[in-house]
Amino acid sequence: MRYLDAGSSEPLADAARDVLQRALESGYADPLRLHGPARDARLLLDNARAAVADALGVRADEVTFTSSGTAAVHAGLLGLLRGRARSSRRLVHSAVEHSAVFAAARWWEDESGGDSRSLPVDGFGTVSPDAVTEALAEPAGVVAVQLANPEVGTVQPVAEIAARAGDTPVFVDACAAGGRLAMPSGWAAAALSAHKWGGPAGVGVLLVRKGTRWRAPFPTDDRVDPRTSGFENVPAVLAAAAALQARVAERDRLNARHAAAAERLRSALRAIPDVELHGHPTQRLPHLVSFSCLYVDGEALVTELDRRGFAVASGSACTASALEPSHVLVAMGALTHGNARVTLGPATTEADVEALAAQLPGVVADLRARIG
Amino acid sequence: MAEVQPDLELDCRGVRCPVPVIRLAQRIGEVPVGGTVAVVADDPAARPDIPAWCRMRGQEYVGERVAADGVPVYLVRRVDDASSPHE
Repeated sequence: MRYLDAGSSEPLADAARDVLQRALESGYADPLRLHGPARDARLLLDNARAAVADALGVRADEVTFTSSGTAAVHAGLLGLLRGRARSSRRLVHSAVEHSAVFAAARWWEDESGGDSRSLPVDGFGTVSPDAVTEALAEPAGVVAVQLANPEVGTVQPVAEIAARAGDTPVFVDACAAGGRLAMPSGWAAAALSAHKWGGPAGVGVLLVRKGTRWRAPFPTDDRVDPRTSGFENVPAVLAAAAALQARVAERDRLNARHAAAAERLRSALRAIPDVELHGHPTQRLPHLVSFSCLYVDGEALVTELDRRGFAVASGSACTASALEPSHVLVAMGALTHGNARVTLGPATTEADVEALAAQLPGVVADLRARIG
Repeated sequence: MAEVQPDLELDCRGVRCPVPVIRLAQRIGEVPVGGTVAVVADDPAARPDIPAWCRMRGQEYVGERVAADGVPVYLVRRVDDASSPHE
């Protein structure tokens, strides 16, 4: 099987596997206790925090480990909203945020009586800084914008949006871009997810900029990090940190290789009639290709590719749990049916991409003949 | 938009995308250039996908109205001949 769904989850990186194995042996104790094994666990936890901070270019006391990227989104966004509630309970977010942001927005509306406003995007899925300025004519508590879109790969102008936001704190969902792109300037809080860079699942990273007014949106306890609660998963966070370090060290080379392979795939797709490529042509994640094929059923496309040995994702409605088509493709005015998302990882070879590029014209033609 | 009388109506109630778009592509040739086709479709993917089809195939998306039973109706004006789904 050629695994082309790294954007959903990557296999554990070699660097993480070795560290995880060793940390499972030595990082089991309660880091708060006053004995040797506890000191060992605490040292590993502090090392993980320092390594993640170094890899992301932030301070160690700005790093909180959470139980997932989604948990980091919820805590980061809602904590900023709570910190700003006396100024404004209004959330401004882009129309193409991850569903975790929409879920947090609905929760905020229910729990605090706040409201939210969704900002439109253009045909590439880009949020306009002018739209942010316009929305902030009415004061807001928080602006939420992703670093890059997980479905179509468009990189948002976060630094410019943050400059426009001025004193309004900006929350950045960096889950889709984490480890692949450097963190932009201007965020007050941000979220990342370790299994997107070859770390284990079940580890998210919440960043809260020093000096930001952030108030925990859930009960906390007296453990190592006051921004979270519960017993620390020391081996997993250390493995996540090791994977991130390895990814950051190789990312320039990896990004260049992925960008070339992705362009090879896009050029093959351009040769197929009635196929639409999604996302910004240059301001984009290097490893992601999203496209929709007119007159093709998305579920049939993914199933047929799976049968032929390719694992890819789809944003078409018929492949999701809901009947609604992808809110990202809808916001862009893009074709939603017949959608597939191909995402490359470190183990992806040029041969994998060549094989997919060679098979796609026939697959699309077969599916069109079958359904028509 | 209420004054537009379609030359052809396609009943796609209960039909999932991409089938409503395929039916539109297969049958728009039955109306003259400048004529309109109404696609009655309750699949929510028809709302983005019929305008997207018009954009990709060089046809004109006129707009959306509502049938007597509350189902959305999407109006498309035929601009040229290039609409066959399988070339």
